[in-house]
Amino acid sequence: MNILDPQGPIGAAEKTILIDSVAIMLAIVVPTIVAIFVFAYWFRASNSRALHLPNWEYSGRIELVVWSIPTLTIILLGGVAWIGAHQLDPAKPIEGPSRPLTIQAVSLDWKWLFIYPDQKVATINTLTVPAGVPLQFQLTSASVMNAFFIPQLGSLIYTMYGMTTRLNLQADKPGTLQGLSGHFSGDGFSDMHFDVHVVPTEQFSKWAQDASHAEKSLDERSYEQIAKPSMKNTPAIYRLADPDLFDRSRRRRYRRRRERRRA
Amino acid sequence: MLGKLTWAAIPFDQPIPMIASGVVALSILAILAWVVIRGHLPYLWREWITSVDHKRIGVMYTLLAMVMLLRGFSDAIMMRAQQAVAFHGQGFLPPEHYDQIFSAHGTIMIFFVAMPFMIGLMNFVVPLQLGVRDVAFPTLNSVGFWLTATGALLINISLVVGEFARTGWLPYPPLSELTYSPGVGVDYYLWAIQISGVGTLVSGINLVTTVLKVRTRGMSYLRMPMFCWTTLATNLLIVAAFPILTATLAMLLLDRYLGFHFFTNEAGGNMMMFMNLIWTWGHPEVYILVLPAFGIFSEVFATFSGKPLFGYRSMVAATMAICILSFMVWLHHFFTMGAGADVNAIFGIATTIIAVPTGVKVFNWLFTMYGGKVRFQTPLLWSIGFMVTFIIGGMTGVLLAVPPADFVLHNSLFLVAHFHNVLIGGMLFGAFAGYTYWFPKAFGFKLHEGLGQAAFWCWLVGFYVAFMPLYVVGLLGMTRRMQHYDVPEWRPWLIVAAFGAVLILCGIVLQIVQLVVSIRQRAKLRDETGDPWDGRSLEWATASPPPAFNFAVLPEVSGEDAYWKFKHPATEQVRSLERPEYRAIEIPRNSPTGFVCAFFATMMGFALIWHIWWMVAAGAIGAFATFIVFAWRDHDEDIIPAAEVARIDGSNRAQRHAILSKEAAE
Repeated sequence: MNILDPQGPIGAAEKTILIDSVAIMLAIVVPTIVAIFVFAYWFRASNSRALHLPNWEYSGRIELVVWSIPTLTIILLGGVAWIGAHQLDPAKPIEGPSRPLTIQAVSLDWKWLFIYPDQKVATINTLTVPAGVPLQFQLTSASVMNAFFIPQLGSLIYTMYGMTTRLNLQADKPGTLQGLSGHFSGDGFSDMHFDVHVVPTEQFSKWAQDASHAEKSLDERSYEQIAKPSMKNTPAIYRLADPDLFDRSRRRRYRRRRERRRA
Repeated sequence: MLGKLTWAAIPFDQPIPMIASGVVALSILAILAWVVIRGHLPYLWREWITSVDHKRIGVMYTLLAMVMLLRGFSDAIMMRAQQAVAFHGQGFLPPEHYDQIFSAHGTIMIFFVAMPFMIGLMNFVVPLQLGVRDVAFPTLNSVGFWLTATGALLINISLVVGEFARTGWLPYPPLSELTYSPGVGVDYYLWAIQISGVGTLVSGINLVTTVLKVRTRGMSYLRMPMFCWTTLATNLLIVAAFPILTATLAMLLLDRYLGFHFFTNEAGGNMMMFMNLIWTWGHPEVYILVLPAFGIFSEVFATFSGKPLFGYRSMVAATMAICILSFMVWLHHFFTMGAGADVNAIFGIATTIIAVPTGVKVFNWLFTMYGGKVRFQTPLLWSIGFMVTFIIGGMTGVLLAVPPADFVLHNSLFLVAHFHNVLIGGMLFGAFAGYTYWFPKAFGFKLHEGLGQAAFWCWLVGFYVAFMPLYVVGLLGMTRRMQHYDVPEWRPWLIVAAFGAVLILCGIVLQIVQLVVSIRQRAKLRDETGDPWDGRSLEWATASPPPAFNFAVLPEVSGEDAYWKFKHPATEQVRSLERPEYRAIEIPRNSPTGFVCAFFATMMGFALIWHIWWMVAAGAIGAFATFIVFAWRDHDEDIIPAAEVARIDGSNRAQRHAILSKEAAE
């Protein structure tokens, strides 16, 4: 789960920014820390060789320097922040030759429901994705707030009831990664983690094909069952019987209320 | 009759809270019994509980903070222990208990340790530094303290009666809404914070008014010691930010009690509104805590280097800049909410800009040491420990302000390590520096130096051992608030972190020992001059402890470092011999208003939590009646006759003069 060992372009770019920013700051932090020790030691009361300036309290030149050093550093870092925030905006699609894969993620109490609308597949607490293909996540919550996070792929993004947040990631090569919840959501929070199986494209198509004929089907009724609070859920695969489930899980309560009003 | 309250509310089946609260209850009873049997109760009532003296109130605030630090730290060490053992298992704390512990830890440390510690020091020191006899609103000050104590009491009651919130230290909806948190935990949180929040607000109003309107002759704004400036900035922030907190939590209360839908999932509620509102308070809050610490360090560096503060005007400008900028950065607490790139970038840059005035402060402290004669006593050790630690915390903070870096570090243990880095390394080290520095002023004797240094080293090393590993596990992808985990790479780091917490525990034990030893050796550690550190500002011009009226004759100020200017031996001797013309002094009369008000507030808060409506009414009426009685008082000042002032001041003066002439003779 090491974010310094990224497995995709977004994670890699974020790691670069992280390291660059630290390097820029260390250039001023390290000399300052050294100066603290040197000044404190050299000007110790017992050192008679040290310069003694008991009334020295102002120097325009030093003032100018102490205001400009942090300012220059921050101008540089501000540039990094501005460019980085735009280039790595989680909602920005990843450019590439292959067609992106859409995955809808719903945080429930306390498990993740993943829906592959085009493949007609849904899973609980497990994610299978093709390598080298841009992944477009649409995220929401059917309960309290949460956050979707695959550390080695990059960006964590909140899931919130009644709203869709967007996240674009990509995994470079086949392997198994770990995903987890990034925002405390109650008693079952610690077990809301999932494996991310990155597989070659052909293998993904086959997996999706098989999964779309899975025994268990996810429709309105089985969704109601899944949505009930439960902990330590084992991974499961469903065929998606209701393609609009994501939108509905997002708007469930509103709809009910409207219906009630109509009745 | 008793609302939701039944015997089931008391967790007889859970050993940890029962034993903990049993120990606490027993020690409180033991202390009370001792006080009553030894006949100290009238003294305590007269001199402390009903006191409106800013020095006494300051001391009580600080004491409250230290007691609550013990509570907050026991939560901390349980969390570290839990994460050290809960690998592939449940550890010793089930989720419903662990969730309460981290929520209580954060709430207590911020609201009932950091806040009262800083407010206590400001209360004690600022009027002395301004050369005046009291704060602007002495009785309001007492009310503020006792309402803060009410909040602390309610939170501790939740340990035995009912439960505490399981939502984290900020109760993010919808988790904190009735649907997902039907118990009384969130209500305990909300009412404790609402009541103590009123206390904090009145204390803020009081201190702003004091700095703006109550200063001695010649104490113009640009002659005030740095600590007074940071006090002004801090309290302006309190006055501006705390109403936001109160309003936000009031909306959540309306949701929970009256079925409103401000932040619910249903009926158009929106939790994003809560997050924006809570952080428009929450970010200034960070500076409310750290700015007074900056003031303390400014005093300590100047005093222990034997030099004026370098770049005083720059420091004032930096402080006020931080004060304003702190309101413009709240969104960096949720870059990951899915706002657009422009919004994230602008708030990221605004956040990094705060690093400029902060950096200036660090350099100015550095140059305060340049050319000085630096004495390595405990307050200076805390200050140097602070500078190094805070720079590292500041660096990780600026890193988190860069949105793409935050996307992978948000809500991770890296973030947890960062804010402990600035809160412990910044605010808490400052509080300890101030505690050691002003302790002799408050009680007339110094704290034991050797034990103080030992405690410092335990804290400093303990801090690094406890929190540097958390930076690493954060980079290894661990998110915060996990009750257990299955990732083997995290474990060794979490074990090291738990060991660090043990080192900090040693530091705390040493601090308690230091206090006890110092009290026992007080004769040896006595400060007879009133100026034990060779200080520069006016608090050192009066006796230690200062008389109730602070200064027999109000000092007149002719420049910065007011006391330093007239401390030179020649002038000092003349001044000491010359007997000033004493006048009778009016001091505010002690009043039980604060205590009685807090009594009714506690009653009302508890009743609101448990839906005991008749008791709510009784508490509200009682509190209002207290206010009416106070407002209709016709005698609110005591007069100390001139002869009495002359007697008290004369003996202080004689004592000081004897020491000074002995020094001059040597």
